Amino acid sequence: MDSHNIMFVILAVIILISSVATVVSKSIIRAATYLLFVLLGTAGLYFLLGYTFLGSVQIMVYAGGIIVLYVFSILLTSGQQEKLNRVYLMKKIAVGMSCIAGLGIFIAMFFKQQFLATALSAPSESDASFLSIEEIGKHMLSTGEGGFLLPFEAVSILLLACIVGGLIIARKR
Amino acid sequence: MIQLEYLLIISAVMLFAGIYGFFTRKSTLAMLLSIELMLNAADINFAVFNRMLFPDGHEGYFFAIFGIAIAAAESAIAIAIMINIYRMLKNISVDELKQMKW
Repeated sequence: MDSHNIMFVILAVIILISSVATVVSKSIIRAATYLLFVLLGTAGLYFLLGYTFLGSVQIMVYAGGIIVLYVFSILLTSGQQEKLNRVYLMKKIAVGMSCIAGLGIFIAMFFKQQFLATALSAPSESDASFLSIEEIGKHMLSTGEGGFLLPFEAVSILLLACIVGGLIIARKR
Repeated sequence: MIQLEYLLIISAVMLFAGIYGFFTRKSTLAMLLSIELMLNAADINFAVFNRMLFPDGHEGYFFAIFGIAIAAAESAIAIAIMINIYRMLKNISVDELKQMKW
């Protein structure tokens, strides 16, 4: 066991426990906090894969931006506890059973699939998958092979529409 | 050793936790948290398949970034709608949402 594998096990345990705790915790503000741990663990996984820029984006946008937005809106809209009744409990059990069954099917398929991939090696700058910031910028703004200009512009229009829409929907009238 | 399957299992557990939360929660904000879990699981899959199966290409990497941007836009709009609903009804539980007209 080298440090790479030990970090993977730690991140996996954090993500698995926190993602289940996000959906079963009674208080919604606690659920948002557990979601923060899931997102930080995911950023750790991206660092482990060698995708440092993606991990930084995950921390800045998700953990830094979205979670703060959620916490503010939870505080604005009263974080009251959810009530339980008999029918609701039956529904919870049914959904939980079908989710566990679906998860079992997924995991069985993963091991039946026989992926060609070898085990993940520690990331290094000589890998074919390594991308420097300069290369990322060139990929983002080129139209040729390996260029992502069209989705880049589509996302920028989406964000503009999101700003205008958010202002119009949330304004006082 | 870290196999591809282990990373996929992590994202599958995250996806099904999100599905469970989406079906059982009554508060719309808690449902949004579950949607974030599901989107995050999809992003992990993009990055993992890119890194482990096609290390020469970069499609999964860039679409994970675009996925994060879309998730941010989606949650901002959704929270704006929630706050508007709260102003109208003083409640954001799905049981109270009988009309979507404002």
